[in-house]
Order: sequence, then C-alpha cells, then structure tokens
Amino acid sequence: MIVDLPNTTTAAVSKRLVQLRADTGAMALSRVLTLVVVVTDDAAEDAIEVANDASRQHPCRIIVVVTGNRRGAARLDGQIRVGGDAGASEIVVLRLYGPLATHGKSVATPLLLADSPIVVWWPKDAPKAPSADPIGAMGQRRITDSARTEGAPRTVLKRLATAYSPGDTDLAWSRVTHWRALLAAALDQPPYEPVTEAVVVAAPDSPSGHLLAGWLAARLRCPTSIARSRAGTGVISVRLARASGTVDLVRPEDGNTSVLSQPGQPERTLALPHRSDAECLADELRRLDPDEVYAESLATGLATVSATSRTASEAVRAGLAPSPAEALATTTRLRRSARALGSSAVVDKMPMPSEAASSESVKEAAAARLAEVKERRS
Amino acid sequence: MSPTRVTARSNPLRDPRDKRLPRIAGPCSMVMFGVTGDLARKKLMPAIYDLANRGLLPPGFSLVGFARRDWEDQDFGKIVYEAVRQYARTPFREEVWRSLAEGIRFVPGAFDDDAAFDLLAETVAELDEQRGTGGNHAFYLSIPPGSFATVCEQLERSGLSAPQQGAWRRVVIEKPFGHDLESARELNAVVEGVFPADCVFRIDHYLGKETVQNLLAVRFANTMFEPVWNNRYVDHVQITMAEDIGIGGRAGYYDGIGAARDVIQNHLLQLLALTAMEEPVSFDAHNVRLEKEKVLSAVTLPDDLATGTARGQYAAGWQGGDKVVGYLQEDGVAAGSRTETYAAVRLGVDSRRWAGVPFYLRTGKRLGKRVTEIAVVFTRAPHLPFNDTATEELGQNAVVIRVQPDEGVTLRFGAKVPGAQMEVRDVSMDFGYGRSFTESSPEAYERLILDVLLGEPPLFPRHEEVEQSWRILDPVERYWSRKGATPDQYAAGTWGPASADDLMHRDGREWRLP
Repeated sequence: MIVDLPNTTTAAVSKRLVQLRADTGAMALSRVLTLVVVVTDDAAEDAIEVANDASRQHPCRIIVVVTGNRRGAARLDGQIRVGGDAGASEIVVLRLYGPLATHGKSVATPLLLADSPIVVWWPKDAPKAPSADPIGAMGQRRITDSARTEGAPRTVLKRLATAYSPGDTDLAWSRVTHWRALLAAALDQPPYEPVTEAVVVAAPDSPSGHLLAGWLAARLRCPTSIARSRAGTGVISVRLARASGTVDLVRPEDGNTSVLSQPGQPERTLALPHRSDAECLADELRRLDPDEVYAESLATGLATVSATSRTASEAVRAGLAPSPAEALATTTRLRRSARALGSSAVVDKMPMPSEAASSESVKEAAAARLAEVKERRS
Repeated sequence: MSPTRVTARSNPLRDPRDKRLPRIAGPCSMVMFGVTGDLARKKLMPAIYDLANRGLLPPGFSLVGFARRDWEDQDFGKIVYEAVRQYARTPFREEVWRSLAEGIRFVPGAFDDDAAFDLLAETVAELDEQRGTGGNHAFYLSIPPGSFATVCEQLERSGLSAPQQGAWRRVVIEKPFGHDLESARELNAVVEGVFPADCVFRIDHYLGKETVQNLLAVRFANTMFEPVWNNRYVDHVQITMAEDIGIGGRAGYYDGIGAARDVIQNHLLQLLALTAMEEPVSFDAHNVRLEKEKVLSAVTLPDDLATGTARGQYAAGWQGGDKVVGYLQEDGVAAGSRTETYAAVRLGVDSRRWAGVPFYLRTGKRLGKRVTEIAVVFTRAPHLPFNDTATEELGQNAVVIRVQPDEGVTLRFGAKVPGAQMEVRDVSMDFGYGRSFTESSPEAYERLILDVLLGEPPLFPRHEEVEQSWRILDPVERYWSRKGATPDQYAAGTWGPASADDLMHRDGREWRLP
C-alpha cells in the first residue's frame, strides 16, 4: 500500500503510520533498526528498491530523505509504503524542498524507531566527513559508497580515511568480501609460508581493488601494489607470492567464475559472482559495531600500497600478475573434462535416470568401472 | 618490516574482529550414501547447493553419490539438479551450478560389494589429483542403521577411513543411535572402531545448531530470565513435540520403535538438557556438552511408572479436514502392534535448582498440529491483592520458547481488561525470529554440513550423552513392554489419550494447548 501525503508535517506522517499499523495488524512492532537513506531525487527509486531488498533479511523502518530543489518555499512531501510495496519493512519517503532541504535531520528525527540502532546510507555522493554530517552523526553506522562518489577512488578513499570515525563503512568494502574469504581460505592450507609480495589487478575506477590491496598490505605487511586494468572491469586478479610459488585468484573480465591456482595443487574453478548492492547492504546491516578491519585497511593499509602506472597486460607480461586469458582457458578446459557437466539447459532436457536396478547389473557396472578407472590411472 | 608470519594456527588474513569473513571449508569432498532417499533429495543436495551459492564451499568441492543403481555421473548430476531446482532455498545461478556439476561423481554399488568400495576409493583418489580435494573426505551415511556396520567395515577395508598425514576423514550418522543402551553401545563400537570419536558427527537435524544457540542466548545473554529460572518461581516445565502427520510410509522403521525411542530419547531430552542445564563455562562445544551431560545424569524417573508415564496409539479420525486411518490400519504395521505413537513422561531433575519441579515431556503423531515448544510455567503470585472475581481468569505466567514452526518466544502474563470492572486476564507478548531478523535463515542442514566440512565440533550429542538418554528411557521401555497391554487409543487430530491428561490431572496441572 502506498499512501501519499503531499505538503505535510512529520507529525502527520507519524500519526498516519500508527493508524496504518492499527488497521493492518501488528506489523512493524519488531523492527530492529532504522535505516536512513540520504539521496537525491534522481537516484531515489533505485535506492529504495535496494534498501527494500536488503530489508528482507533485516526488517527495518526505512526513512528516505530526498533532497529536492533548494529554491522556492520550504515544503515537505511525505509518502508511506507498507505491506506488499515495502517487503518486510515500512518505508517513509520524505521529499524536502526549499530551505528545508538542508535540514534533513529535523524531519528524520521524529520518525526514528525508539530504542533501536540507526544506520545511515548514502547511495551516491557521500559527504566529505560522514560522521560530521548532521544525519550521519545520528547513526551508529554510516554506509558510504565510494564507487558512486564523485572523484578518483584513491582520493575519495583518502578523504574517508582522514575523516574516519568508528562506525563508518563502505559498500566497496563489502563487494570484496568473497575475494577476501577465498584468499583467507587459501592461506588456511599448508604450506604455511609468509607472503612476500601481493599484486592486485583492478580497474582504476574501482575503490574495491584499492581496499582489497589495502587489506592485504595491512594484514600481510608485505610490499603490495596495484596494476590497472581497463576501466569498469572491477577486480581482476590477486597474486600472493610465497617461497614455494604463487597463489593466484583470477576472475576474468565480465565472468562470474574464478580460477584458483596454488603450487602443487590442480587448478580449481569456483563461482565468484559479482555481488548485488542489496546483498552488500544486507551484509552491512548484519553487524552494527565498528568494523576495525575496514578502518585498518583504509588507513594504514592503503597508505602503504604502491599504485604503479603499470597496466594489467604489462604486469602479466612482466610475470607479476596471473593472466586472465589463461584463466579463461582453464575454466573452459576444466568444464570440458568434467563428465557430469552441463549447463542447466542441457541437464533440463535429460530424462530422469531409471530407478530400476538389479543387484547383478549394479555389480557388473561397478566392476567394469573399477577396471576402467584402474587402467586410466595406471 | 618483515612480512607477517603464517602458521597453521595463525592466518594473518583472519582476524577475530573481521566478522564479515565467512569460514570457507578447506579442500574436500563429500561422499553420500543413500542418495536415492528422500532426505538426500529434499535436504542434503539442496543444502550443498545453497552452501555453494553462499560461497562457503571450497574451490574444487566434489560430491560423490553411492547407491545401488546403474547410473553414470551425469545421471546422478541430473538427480542433484532436479533436487536443487525443486528444493534449494537460494535462487538458481548458472555459474554456481556449473562449478558444482564439474565435481559430481557417481559410484554404482551395493554395500556388500568389495569392488564398489574399491571403485569408490579410486574415485576419491582421482578427485584428489584432478580437483585438489586434498585427501579430505566426509562420508554421509544417509542409510538405515542396520547397514552402518557393513559400510564402516567396507570403508576400513578399502582404506577410505584412514587419512594420510594432514588430511581428514569424517563420518556423519543420523539418529536413531540404537534402540536401547546396549544397541547404542554396539553401534558406537562399530563406528568408533573405524573412525576416531572426534571424526564422528551425530546429526540431529531437528535440533539445528541455530535453535540450540538461540535457546542458549535467550537463557544466558539476558538478565531477566535466569533469576527466575529455578524451583522457587518455576512450577513445572512442559516440553512438547507434536506432529500432525502419521507414520506415512515409514512403518518398516517405526513399528517396534515407537514415539519414545524416536523422539523423547533424542530431541526432547536434548531440549530438556538445554532448558535445565547450568551456565557453561564457555560456549564451545566441549563445555556445553559437559553441562548437558551433567544435567542429564541428574534426571530421574518417577517412582511409579504406571502413574508417571502415558502412551497411546492413534485411531482413525478426522485431521484438518481429511479422514485418516488409525495406526493399526497403516500399511506395513503388524496386526495388534503395541508400538506407541504417543508418549508422555514426567521427569525430575535432582539438583538444587530444580528439586521438586516436574518436567513433562510429550510427543506424538497425528496430534492437533505440528509444533515443538518448551513452556516454562511459573508459580502463581504468592499473594494477590485483588478479589477472586478479578483474577479468576488469570492463569499462570509462562515463558514459551517456540522451536518450530515460527521460532520465537512468547511471554504470558496477566493484564487488566479495559473497562470499569477490575478484571485480570492472560495476554501474550510475542517475539518471532522471522520478524525481527532474517526472513530466510539457513536451513539446519546447511549449518550441519558446513560444520562437518570445517571440522567444527558439533553442538550435537557425543556418545556419552546418547548413553545418558538411553539410561533414562530404558526403564520406561522395559516397563511398557512388561505391562504388555496395547497403548491407549486416541482419535487422530486430538491431543493424545485420556491417560496423558490423567497424568497431569493427578498433579493438579493441565497440558498447555500449544
């Protein structure tokens, strides 16, 4: 249900919320947090959709503060979305015009849930100092998105690092969680050797690549550098050099499958899909305490990462980074060699295998297969 | 500045403060026995896909199916695919499926066929070479307990149970863990004769780790429950697990086992232990287990088993709009079977905290609805400064921990009915996990399988706990079989036999309507 309240006051919005709740039953009683989204008009709908998706995992009240035209008379347009139009949450959209546009805090305050944490999210253009922002200051957690903030990633991240205050976090950081998990898992296995050098290949416009490199530098305390891939390609590869050889994790451009290679181990593929904004936001809402590891990567780590002017292909040629083309070939090769393979389209068309089985035929099949495998492996 | 040291114990990329980072299992495969069963199709295979989809399985993870079918790898792939499409919790993603499909293998064979297990050993070795599973393999025995011994011996014979240096082999078994103390010991001897104790994972999917942890959090992370969690304020505790279904096609398993062995021995006694135990020193598996074992060893049976227990058998009746047959008319049930489908028992816990507080456990099939809950019912206020008419509708306060469905906690207490008259009536305050947190929490099997692959000691029973619970239940079973009579009949769709109600009435109490 969508209820429009043009030219209204927060008191009226509040009252209507209570009334809607009474009409539809006990919804919204167990919301665990308030998510305040600060956004401009053009990005509002997309942001609402993402927040709505994320709220399926964390039922919350979403207050969207939309800053409109600053000229003209002060005016507040409200809109309430509940039920089918708001998933597991309740959404209050507040459009601010005129002098009111700079006083988002005053309209959000009366609508915050009692006694529960506040999370602030800027889907685009984060403020220079999130914790000094009037709305940001209310939140326990402030989520920026450096990938969608005006400026070169390195500059944006430096600014965020200078202004860092516990509770700050960035969606570019949650985008690399899977990468970090795979790399950490690789180091869980022997040989237990220190990493002597780390090279990240990422697009120059991707703050995620910088944060990943910052994290590696901070944790591994080894020389870490970034090589540039084409703009818009995101993170392409990570190479960790150790005495016994290198650990390479490569996700070729536009692919969703990565290849992990380690010395003494066969190459392995793994799905490494690009994470959606909703997934990342849901991740951010899962924990509400300061993220120290992010802080470390952003501040101490990133400062020691050397940004070379080397391009990705130069790095590959110089033997510093794994080759995405090879990784792509590996994926195809492994797919071809797998016997039970199949894209879903192929498997879909297969008939269901027969359930009938006589002991003899199964025994024969086992014996025949055993002979076959023994021959293949000898 | 020298690079950070890396050791088996300390991985610099892991930091306890880094709560985002999921634990991904190390290189490994899972070998599944009984892939044609319902459990494998509806739960295990979808859970494996969901884990892959959440990025929690290692690169190169492989799934080997073993069954008495003349199938090729791709036939088994088809089975997995259909199971995933139909039952997986997370959305289908082509790339996840493809990387999972690459690791799917099938071994045709019977449990008594040496060649089949040799083939399995070769298949697994080949996976180590081709896909880098590193010699780490988990064996999931989703098969009748009667075959455990054969399979374990075969695994040992073919060398599958013995890992090389630095690798692991683990085995997963499901309840029932025997049918009495003696058989439980035998079963344990078979399994632990082949696999070391900490490589044996006994799975009680019903008590997912999430449920156990939720219960522990409610009890021990709060101040408001623990002070009243004792015999001074608690009148009694009711633990219920009711099912609305009959035995379905499981007569072969169920007949002769009965409700008490099927449910009370494991699920209900586990819930009792979690409800009644003292605070563990820490929440690692070892310390939680210690406390559970301690409280189980303090559990006592009623002196007179005739008045302290009740059992029943469902008769034909109407359930939720369907006419259903009685237990004795079900396919495959022996004529005149004395197997109970409903069991209730009153237990005591001999400790300072619980002296004099009865714990009533009940379970049954074809009851009013499907529900599992723990109700801690409090004593009445010692003095009520109201007149009788004002409080005649006031019941006892209660904390009800709902295990399923709709996991959550309900508080029942008295409130004034609005109006000119002073009248106090029971009201409920309700908390639901589904409403406050995630709408899609991981399926119990996902956590279980991940724990097995990670080698996390499960919060599930070790052999000692299994023995303790048989020690509690065996005298009851013996008494029932000595008594010999057919269990009391109850109409399907009701809340059990009259004898169960009498059991409560004798103590001046009532079963809650769950």
